[in-house]
Amino acid sequence: MSVAAYEHPLAKYIRPSAKTTANCPGCGNGILTQSILRAIGELGLTLDDFIFVSGIGCAAWIPSPSFFADVLHTTHGRPIAFGIGIKAALPGKRVMVISGDGDLTAIGGNHLIHAARRNIAMTVFCVNNGIYGMTGGQVAPTTPLGLTTVTTPFGNVENPFDICELVKGAGASFVARWTTYHPRQIVRTAKKAIQKKGFAFVEVLSQCPVEFGRKTGMGTAVQMLEWYKKQSVTATRAKDMSPEELRDKIVVGELVDIEKPELMETLAAMQARAMAAAGP
Amino acid sequence: MAKGAVLTGRHFMMGNIACAEGALAAGCRFAAGYPITPATEVAERLAERLPTVGGTFLQMEDEIASIAAVVGASWGGMKAMTATSGPGISLMLENIGFALGTETPCVIVNVMRGGPTTGIPAVELQGDVIQPRRGSHGDYQIIALAPSSVQETFDYTVEAFNLAERYRTPVFVLTDAFLGHMREELIVPEATQIPIVDRRLFPPDKDVEMLPAFLDEDVAPMPVFGRGHKAHVTSSCHDAYGRRNVIDAKALDLFIRKLNDKIEKHRDEIVRVASDAEGAEIVLVSYGSVFRCAQAAVEAGRADGLPLGSFKLGTLWPFPDREIAALAERARYLIVLENNLGQIFHYVQAAAAGRAHVSFLRPRVLGELHEIEDILKAVREVRP
Repeated sequence: MSVAAYEHPLAKYIRPSAKTTANCPGCGNGILTQSILRAIGELGLTLDDFIFVSGIGCAAWIPSPSFFADVLHTTHGRPIAFGIGIKAALPGKRVMVISGDGDLTAIGGNHLIHAARRNIAMTVFCVNNGIYGMTGGQVAPTTPLGLTTVTTPFGNVENPFDICELVKGAGASFVARWTTYHPRQIVRTAKKAIQKKGFAFVEVLSQCPVEFGRKTGMGTAVQMLEWYKKQSVTATRAKDMSPEELRDKIVVGELVDIEKPELMETLAAMQARAMAAAGP
Repeated sequence: MAKGAVLTGRHFMMGNIACAEGALAAGCRFAAGYPITPATEVAERLAERLPTVGGTFLQMEDEIASIAAVVGASWGGMKAMTATSGPGISLMLENIGFALGTETPCVIVNVMRGGPTTGIPAVELQGDVIQPRRGSHGDYQIIALAPSSVQETFDYTVEAFNLAERYRTPVFVLTDAFLGHMREELIVPEATQIPIVDRRLFPPDKDVEMLPAFLDEDVAPMPVFGRGHKAHVTSSCHDAYGRRNVIDAKALDLFIRKLNDKIEKHRDEIVRVASDAEGAEIVLVSYGSVFRCAQAAVEAGRADGLPLGSFKLGTLWPFPDREIAALAERARYLIVLENNLGQIFHYVQAAAAGRAHVSFLRPRVLGELHEIEDILKAVREVRP
């Protein structure tokens, strides 16, 4: 068999006219893209089972335009709100939002917490690179305290979000965190998140070597991945560690996995009651 | 509780309720909104009625999420709407632009209140009539209808959905606190007597790599989600297949022009005016609730021997410029009445282009309907 006869196993998921990527060399988006597509394949699902929604920023380029599926590339911060309307109209389809930390937790933070509160069946992947990459490396609500960025030239004076704690507190039924150092773990968790009947949120810390590593001194893609490896502590191990020991650590794993009423189901039940009350 | 989507019969109904009933009759099955005076009754009625006809109402966390969910539901194949007032529209404007750019049918109702800013919630003004036209950033065309009665609130809401579906675009219904809270007779026809337009759908078994789905002056078929069309929908500059192109000014030119021309080319099918100005030397030009004052003034003025007529703008956008120009050929004086400090007035003046003398009667008290005597005084004084 000639080399030309081989096709990348995930190529079938890519829109034929999408020939390029907007992502920089070394970006973590590719790792997450592959993990999501592998999870969908391993579940025996096709892209036609999904509607993908993204916002504005580098992570929004994961499904748009690359995934050969229905994709809504929305305004900045609003993909979850658009996704709620899609889910209401197409309850039989799976809605997946893939977007960045700036999109989902800064400008779109209100929609994130309210979707978690509603516990609407939706999978949200939040690519957390700790920076506004697309606009050139400005401070984000996830940028570590003290870090120098182009809009914090004297160091970041604000505390970063713990996004998973935020979404957990708002009521999501599934919350997990990994880094791009953990592609196999992401596949495993993505499969659970996709199947979860409820709001499923997966944060993936992802290296941005160009706008974060280079400008903050965190280094190259490889250096950042090694840093993720070194700093990551599984949730199980973290249970036995003191706050002092957990300082600057990244707690990874599945942090919440509970059963609770899901919005599309409670809506359908309410609709049935309303129709019965209205009579034939 | 009301039964069925179409409440055929004779009613005594509030404008905001009639708006919700018009939406249901038009086939609206998804609505999202956020409470705001004086529009809340529209949402309340939809929350009560939609679930009984298999539809969904969601109260969202804000107006930004409301219009976003409406656009999402429309791509999911549903007829969808939201209703709010000025401050809510201000929040929605970015995503209304998104709906324009992605050619998403949806209806936005603005029950106008006293602005600017938080103003007075329960007092009516017509202060937001230019906002739909130029409120969202960039160059675009919009459709906006202005009903002047409870009956028209119902009829125009049906029409708004039909226009939204026909032209794949957001359509505004501009009512106001007066009209929204006014109770009048409403006659709802049999369902079969209400003309309903549904969007042209993308052919089955085709995907957007094969056929164009955007940027056609004659309206491209919509690749609604969930049917295997693999639609790529972006509000960024794109081509007819939905492929993003943000490096080529020629692509941008096409993107802006095609969306614009889609409305402009069909403006004659969209624009509606009502003229009662046969042989009139002086014509009162008005729209919305203020038309009711104009109508009463014409009646009183004619009884008094004044050569008076009325010209009602049912459509504010696209602006009925040709119709105004034709009117200005026949009449000598146009007096524009509106409950603001002169917004549509300037467009009337521009369209008349000197063919007739155009003046503006400032309301004596903004937020109150014009007194008939004030109008007649202006009529008597308009001639030199």
